[in-house]
Amino acid sequence: MILNIARKELKSLFVSPMGWIILALLQLVFGAYFFQGVDQYFQVMSGVMRPEERMGVTEFVGKNIFSIASFVMLFAVPLLSMRLISEERRAQTLTFLFSAPLSLLEIVLGKFLGLVAFLSILILLIAGMMFSLNLWAEIDFGYIIANLLGLWLLVASFSALGLYVSSLTQQPVVAAIITFVALFGLLLLDHFLAGDPGSLITHFSLMRHFEPFSRGLLDTQDFVYFLLFIITFLILTVRRLDADRLRG
Amino acid sequence: MTSITVEASQLTRIYGGREAVSDVSFTLKKGEVLGFLGPNGAGKSTTMKMLTGNLAPSSGAVKICGIDMMDNPREAKALIGYLPESPPLYREFTVDEFLTIAARLHRVSRSHIKKAVQVAKERCGLTEMGKRLIENLSKGYQQRVGIAQAIIHNPMVVILDEPTVGLDPIQIRDIRALIKELGGEHSVILSTHILPEVEMICDHVQIIHKGQLVFNGAIDVLKQQRHSNRLLVGFSHPPAAEALLLIPGVQQVETLASGLLRITHTEGANPTEALMHAAVSNGWGLHQINPDQTSMEEVFVQLTFQDQAA
Repeated sequence: MILNIARKELKSLFVSPMGWIILALLQLVFGAYFFQGVDQYFQVMSGVMRPEERMGVTEFVGKNIFSIASFVMLFAVPLLSMRLISEERRAQTLTFLFSAPLSLLEIVLGKFLGLVAFLSILILLIAGMMFSLNLWAEIDFGYIIANLLGLWLLVASFSALGLYVSSLTQQPVVAAIITFVALFGLLLLDHFLAGDPGSLITHFSLMRHFEPFSRGLLDTQDFVYFLLFIITFLILTVRRLDADRLRG
Repeated sequence: MTSITVEASQLTRIYGGREAVSDVSFTLKKGEVLGFLGPNGAGKSTTMKMLTGNLAPSSGAVKICGIDMMDNPREAKALIGYLPESPPLYREFTVDEFLTIAARLHRVSRSHIKKAVQVAKERCGLTEMGKRLIENLSKGYQQRVGIAQAIIHNPMVVILDEPTVGLDPIQIRDIRALIKELGGEHSVILSTHILPEVEMICDHVQIIHKGQLVFNGAIDVLKQQRHSNRLLVGFSHPPAAEALLLIPGVQQVETLASGLLRITHTEGANPTEALMHAAVSNGWGLHQINPDQTSMEEVFVQLTFQDQAA
């Protein structure tokens, strides 16, 4: 059942040009960065004298791509998540899902998975590009996989927050703006509190937990953070939809 | 299994301190068509939302084929097909795509989906519209898609909220025939404010007014209320009322603005024949005589009006 809803969401992204355009544009951006990274690698490395400043091609190109990918997703996810529930609320199609023999959790999980599946396509494309380096060079698979995993978790967290915000309003655009601002704030918490590194609030920063992944480090702490983040917002969404049923 | 498909007991819904629906109870048997009547804002849609599990009742319970909507919403919902007031359609899909999704979400088994979509389209006259985008369909066809999505999984109970709104007269006839047909194997609840519609297709009628059930019974009971003890008579040379009152059975004579006379007679004693004889022998020039039926509208107004007065 969850998969059926996910399938429906995915399909509705691809029946309009929206899904294709976003895929194409983002791939263009990532492709350009990838190309630039490969292009500049020899120039930069030949200029580097000291051995400790040298880095592998995986890290050099990867750093470029994964940092731009996380930044671009910050804009892309709100645009994709905004319609998930608010549009259905506005078109009064939520009734269709509510009247079907589905639990609210199934509806929410289905929608979440649909969006994450779409974003996974993007991540797979990035993975394809990075692994293609293996044709010419020995690459660091661990580094790439850690980065991909981190990016995937980050994007899933964005989606969960986006889904929740979308359930709060009837206006997709409002949902997009709120999601964007919230994500931006969470990403930059670190930045705001740079003067107070011990502050408890910095632990909530998405960037702080994404950063170890981008160094190729897998830490259970970060896994748990992302998972809790996702679960929290999915449960909040279920509760919000349940309130619809109770309050009318 | 019992043949009772829908059982609502003491449904009450409170919106901000105001009772939108209060203490509505009824049962529906298999194969019956129940008409839900009421003026705008009477609580028809609210009741339907509660029956389909879209809205939690403030108190009371709904049972679909014995399954409680609160305790087992999934099992109960699987037995219902629901068309809300505004048909819930994903406009970006084609009719076929949308109906396939509807079938899947309603747990139609994989091998039967194609067939179910085909049958639903045939029943709602959508066979040629399969490849069209829902967005591009006219209002009437969208309404049909809405009905198709409600019956695709062959539910025990079909609940339709104003199904004939926005349809042209021919479509309305088709849809009414479809609803009658559905009534054979499913139970149907439909709401409407078109009274002749109820008279034509429903076995049972409920009139709801200000959230309260003011009438609940078979359509025949309602029809009987229409047979009144009044005659509408037209004379070219109307006699004095006294002359008419002499005819046995006549109780009261009233002249209407249209020049016709409304004659009230005692229950059971129909003075039609006597009136005709008198008219012929006295040369009153009788040109019209027929029973003065109260229309459904009047019965409806009476029922809702009484409630207001009480």
